[in-house]
Amino acid sequence: MIAPDIKREFINIVGEENFEDSEVERLVYSYDATPNFQSIPDAVVSPRNTEEVSKILQLCNENKIPIVPRGSGTNLCAGTCPVEGGIVLLFKHMNKILEIDEENLTVTCQPGVITLDLIHAVEQKGLFYPPDPSSMKISTIGGNINENSGGLRGLKYGVTRDYVLGLEAVLPNGEIVRTGGKLAKDVAGYDLTRLFIGSEGTLGVITEATLKLIPLPESKKTMLALFQDLEAAARSVSKIIANKVIPATLEFLDQPTLKVVEDYSQIGLPTDVQAVLLIEQDGTPENVSKDMKVMEEICRSENAVSVQIAQSEEEAEALRTARRTALSALARLAPTTILEDATVPRSEIAKMVKAINEIAAKHNVKICTFGHAGDGNLHPTCTTDIRKKDEMERVEKAFAEIFAKAIELGGTITGEHGVGAMKAPYLEWKLGKSGIDVMKSIKAALDPNNIMNPGKLFAKDTRKRVVISK
Amino acid sequence: MMTESEKQNIQRDFKERMDEDELLNCMRCGFCLPSCPTYIVSGYKESQSPRGRIALMKAVYDGVLQPDDEFEKSLNLCLGCRACEPVCPSGVNYGHLLEEARDIINQNKKHSLPVRAVRNVVFKQLFPKKNNLINITSLVGFYQKSGLQKAARKIGFMKLFPDHLREMEKILPDVLERKTLKQRSEYFPPKGEKKATVAFFSGCLMDTLFLETNHATIQLLQKAGCEIVIPKTQACCGALHGHSGEKELAKELAKQNIEAFGKNEVDYIITNAGGCGAFLIEYDHLLKDDPQWSERAEKFVAKIKDITSILYELDFHKQFRLSLPEQVVTYQDSCHLRNVMKTSKAPRELLRSIKGVTFTEMENADSCCGSAGIYNIVEPKTSMEILDQKMEKMKKTSATTIVTANPGCFMQMKLGIEREGLKDVKAVHIVDLLLEAAK
Ligand SMILES: Cc1cc2nc3c(=O)[nH]c(=O)nc-3n(C[C@H](O)[C@H](O)[C@H](O)COP(=O)(O)OP(=O)(O)OC[C@H]3O[C@@H](n4cnc5c(N)ncnc54)[C@H](O)[C@@H]3O)c2cc1C
Ligand code: SF4
Ligand code: SF4
Repeated sequence: MIAPDIKREFINIVGEENFEDSEVERLVYSYDATPNFQSIPDAVVSPRNTEEVSKILQLCNENKIPIVPRGSGTNLCAGTCPVEGGIVLLFKHMNKILEIDEENLTVTCQPGVITLDLIHAVEQKGLFYPPDPSSMKISTIGGNINENSGGLRGLKYGVTRDYVLGLEAVLPNGEIVRTGGKLAKDVAGYDLTRLFIGSEGTLGVITEATLKLIPLPESKKTMLALFQDLEAAARSVSKIIANKVIPATLEFLDQPTLKVVEDYSQIGLPTDVQAVLLIEQDGTPENVSKDMKVMEEICRSENAVSVQIAQSEEEAEALRTARRTALSALARLAPTTILEDATVPRSEIAKMVKAINEIAAKHNVKICTFGHAGDGNLHPTCTTDIRKKDEMERVEKAFAEIFAKAIELGGTITGEHGVGAMKAPYLEWKLGKSGIDVMKSIKAALDPNNIMNPGKLFAKDTRKRVVISK
Repeated sequence: MMTESEKQNIQRDFKERMDEDELLNCMRCGFCLPSCPTYIVSGYKESQSPRGRIALMKAVYDGVLQPDDEFEKSLNLCLGCRACEPVCPSGVNYGHLLEEARDIINQNKKHSLPVRAVRNVVFKQLFPKKNNLINITSLVGFYQKSGLQKAARKIGFMKLFPDHLREMEKILPDVLERKTLKQRSEYFPPKGEKKATVAFFSGCLMDTLFLETNHATIQLLQKAGCEIVIPKTQACCGALHGHSGEKELAKELAKQNIEAFGKNEVDYIITNAGGCGAFLIEYDHLLKDDPQWSERAEKFVAKIKDITSILYELDFHKQFRLSLPEQVVTYQDSCHLRNVMKTSKAPRELLRSIKGVTFTEMENADSCCGSAGIYNIVEPKTSMEILDQKMEKMKKTSATTIVTANPGCFMQMKLGIEREGLKDVKAVHIVDLLLEAAK
């Protein structure tokens, strides 16, 4: 509960209508897209500008009230679940695009801007903002930056981090810092911009961002390669990269995923094959055709049963849109869908696909796999039922083994979805004790009272490491 | 205010009656948020989004939240437009959850005496019995005549109704052609070669206030080659009841309709109001727990089709050379026609085929206009905000004709035109426009 005098102070800062603490208003910010996490905040506060954010942080810092910044709550790591109560901070008023600078090729915006709105706005000027998480029609730039989100175009164009040039952030003590700027180069001191990227709201609140834009590619082609062998599809991915072709998109979907996606989208996806690769290339028409040809040959050499190029932009867009629904569509199969984000070096992708299937069989759980194969980033997704305790235990064991396998292959426990509360117990597996210690001291330096999104990233206990039997 | 015992009873019934699998089916991805008109118009409040409402229902089900007035308000503010369904990749049947929740709340709430009296009139006397409706006319007729803006802005529907019953009667003769309806035949032969046998669901509002449009529908069906029967014993579809927490009454009406339409062997049952059609097409869900009726309901449901679909499928637009004076036309989807009956292409293709018509798609045509059954009377503030946004989009098309496919939408568009003072713009039901074009 927020004490009445502090409540009054919040209201003084943001106004009556931007402070809510009714049961209903608190309940609807008790969750995000992560299954099995729910915790009710004490209040919900919607600041209108940076000054208000600064005052809120000061107030919370003085009174040791936890703050959970929240974009659209689509993260998959319980990153906005208020596990320790406190206030949820919303950016629904701070959702403007402030400037599109066509000379420096940058866009400056507030954190609450919806990713797709930003993409559309810059495309109208012939410019391109590549990071396109599947959730882009609802995710916010603030959320993207704090999770360092990737997307379908990550393979060639990189992830959110590669486009953030400068930030305005409010520190827990209320101080406002500006990092970076509209600069192609900048080595003045530590790279604070990067420190905030992927910090999951644990270091401060992002109140403004300047993002890099690039020219829109001239042309684009999309194709679908169908396989009857899962690992052959995965091998094609590694071979394409090894052949020095970097497609814009290289996505993988297995048969169960294809079936549910088709069930929803009804665009005539093949459901009688074991796996498909969704491949895209953009650039000059000549280069695009050349690359598409090389990739087609590679797929055929791996016994692709068919390789088809989309005949129109509508058809291509339908394929991309369908791919983006994969995770939510899998929710059709069972009451609970738990998805993971293990990432391995691209050369290891076939081994990882194989391991996932073996682990699923060993623990008798159903795992469907799709993901950004070209980034080595797969999303093994378990369709299960939270109400079945013994099955949930098996699911947990299977995922622990998948994490362990990914690390063994030189990979990581999360490629783009973040650690949050969900994967905190596994973070040390990847970082080691010294890695965790460095991060903890950074956290302590910036946020000594631990008010920023507490309970995330760092776990009280590290999960006991599983040993995989080979 | 909800009393303590009401709260407890609602909670108990949630536990007993809400479909847990459906609640769990929402994986909270938020993909539905941008499509929800109330989420947008509220300035992005999660409590007015589909994901938020499902979470609230689940919280009451789980016992995490005690139902209260604010909970009810969140559900009341929902338009029931179901735009959140086609965009939901996990296929959550939001409409079913909402209907059940509203029914539970309503059945457990002791309405004040005047509200009870009005509900009794509307749900038990007026809508189930077409004769009574003919005699008292409809809500909308009254609504239209009495100056919606003034009345609706000041007071809510339930408060407003009893005071105005007399006024309703006064406007009766203007809107009704009682004789015409009573004289209407129950059978119409096809013009030319017969292509299909259909039964026509004539509706209550459509058969009173919009009788013209029903006549036009019959003529179009005849021209398209349909043999038509209009079962006399058909009843109100029950949508108003179903959406207002009077589910048992809705079931009774459903059975009456299944019975009435079961008497003739027909290929299709045709509707010309998206709102009714969508309710009819879900009778199978409504009666799923009734072993005596579930199978019959499934058969009934399989035959439901909107007038635009059948015209399109029978190539009406190719068979006749449709033409109208030069004009720019735009189309406002009926939410239920689009989101529940999945009909959005046929009306557009029919309009495109009319010579002289320049069809301009309106931005967000698929988004609710704020009419939503009686929503514009019960929640006038939100409804008018949504309507104002809609009219902004409408003006951008520079259309002079707004086409609709449902009486509620038609009225709301008229109201929008009125509010904006657009002298050169008219709203029409698609059927009336098509008949004009075919003449
Ligand atoms: C169906 C689906 C598909 C997805 N696909 C992808 C994908 O392809 N790639 C991918 O990378 N992710 C994906 N995600 C995950 C998620 O959408 C991303 O992490 C996204 O960036 C979250 O944005 P959001 O606005 O919802 O942020 P939220 O979930 O609200 O917040 C995310 C984190 O950012 C913090 N935060 C938010 N705003 C601020 C701020 N202004 N200042 C400080 N901290 C802040 C929060 O505290 C939290 O830790 C997907 C999720 C779903 C449900
Ligand atoms: S209703 Fe569907 S689209 Fe909306 S949050 Fe739930 S699963 Fe996602
Ligand atoms: S039915 Fe309409 S108003 Fe209600 S939650 Fe769904 S989209 Fe929103």
